[in-house]
Amino acid sequence: MPPSLIIRAAPVLLLLALLGVWHLACTALAIPDFLLPSPMAVWHAGVDAFDPIMMHAQQTLLTTLGGFALAVIVGLLLGIAVGISPLIYRACYPLMVGFNSIPKVAFVPVLVVWFGIGTIPAIITAFLISFFPIVVNVATGLSTLEPELEDVLRSLGASRFDILRKVAIPRALPYFFASLKVSITLAFVGSVIAETVASNLGIGYLMMSASSTMNMALVFAGLAVIGAMGVVMYAFFSQAEQHFTAWAHRGTHAP
Amino acid sequence: MAFVQFENVSLAYQPGGQTAIENVSFKVDENAFVAVVGPSGCGKSTLMKLVSGLKPASEGYVYVGNREVTGPLGIVGMAFQQANLLPWRTTLQNVMLPLEIVEPFRSQQKRQRCEHEAMARALLAKVGLAGCEDKFPWELSGGMQQRASICRALIHKPRLLMLDEPFGALDAFTREELWCLMRDLWQSEPFTAILVTHDLREAVFLADRVIVMSPKPGRIIDDRLVDLPRPRPLELCYSEAFAEHVHALRCQIGHARQS
Repeated sequence: MPPSLIIRAAPVLLLLALLGVWHLACTALAIPDFLLPSPMAVWHAGVDAFDPIMMHAQQTLLTTLGGFALAVIVGLLLGIAVGISPLIYRACYPLMVGFNSIPKVAFVPVLVVWFGIGTIPAIITAFLISFFPIVVNVATGLSTLEPELEDVLRSLGASRFDILRKVAIPRALPYFFASLKVSITLAFVGSVIAETVASNLGIGYLMMSASSTMNMALVFAGLAVIGAMGVVMYAFFSQAEQHFTAWAHRGTHAP
Repeated sequence: MAFVQFENVSLAYQPGGQTAIENVSFKVDENAFVAVVGPSGCGKSTLMKLVSGLKPASEGYVYVGNREVTGPLGIVGMAFQQANLLPWRTTLQNVMLPLEIVEPFRSQQKRQRCEHEAMARALLAKVGLAGCEDKFPWELSGGMQQRASICRALIHKPRLLMLDEPFGALDAFTREELWCLMRDLWQSEPFTAILVTHDLREAVFLADRVIVMSPKPGRIIDDRLVDLPRPRPLELCYSEAFAEHVHALRCQIGHARQS
């Protein structure tokens, strides 16, 4: 195989190798299915329960994207505010860091009291867990603007808004897109956590109910579906990053 | 009144701290080309910031075009040591940036897009960058980037061009090429130019007058008329009259560095 093909096939090869080791370990050590199902068992569980899995996956995907969209809007606005104003930075940062340190799973019961069981707590949890990286990255992108670039515009009599629009925001875009990749995967964590605790829909709920009947193969199928959705969304935003900020990634193989 | 006028100007970056320049007074006539030279730390860049309105003076007055400078003005164009082109814009878009900021171009932007683009293309062709309009800055060599940066400084037809060591980071041959480019641009459409540099040959070659500053704090120690005839060919750099000017300036700066 030519080296370039090996590099492109590497992720698939590694996945297959890990599945092989997993399968061998299960058969060789004769691990019972209710402890660790073999990959084949997981596959069959997934195929058998294809329709319900799709239904729940759709729910999880939509709540994740809903929370993520909120996170993008709030993250951008807050990031811009924190990035351009030292006062807002001083005021907001300790609070935000403190808030981000709270395990969001501990917050879900509060959301349930406020909004009841279902979709809304999942959306909010996804939002809460995923907006912080966007704020930090956008703020960093804005506040690390080179003074020389700013001077180019300032010497022309540009207003602060002009500088923000023409220089600071375009320059912060690579930071923003990088944070989207982190955020979307976190959003999945948030929505699935909320679903496991307080919902009757979604992959998280599916896994909880499957594990309560000791159907471990279905639990693992659910995990695999979440992972797959995360990879797809990550790849999507990675592509978007390449497309919109190609100038920042020239000549590199971006992760 | 002269076009640019400094009256007893001092500037301290921190209030009560050390002054970067102290009690500086000079005048620059309209359409004159003046160079400011001096060892590092003599406040050359501070001078640029004062004229362009990026920094207010701590004491004294700065006038440009009969008005006291209180903030940045659209009639000033600036080129810096680094080209400072925006990497997400093509060369053409970079050159057109001032037209999106400075009036009256700004309000004409929508209606006269084509005219503005033609202006930028013509200017790029004039500095030898025809064909590079759609390239991104990182696709250009250092010399080409600096040419584009000079275009950006001139596109809005500023009455005053401020050059802050714009050729300092280039190799010797490219630098001489750009001297000639600057000379031709200035001669074809005169504007007032203030060039800050530590290259004495550059100063003598381009300017009508060379102002010498001393370091820490910056003060004017000499104001020398360069009466070499124009147009000046590059060979002029090897003439005796030219060498005399450079030598005299070098002695001044040698004194300033020792004292």
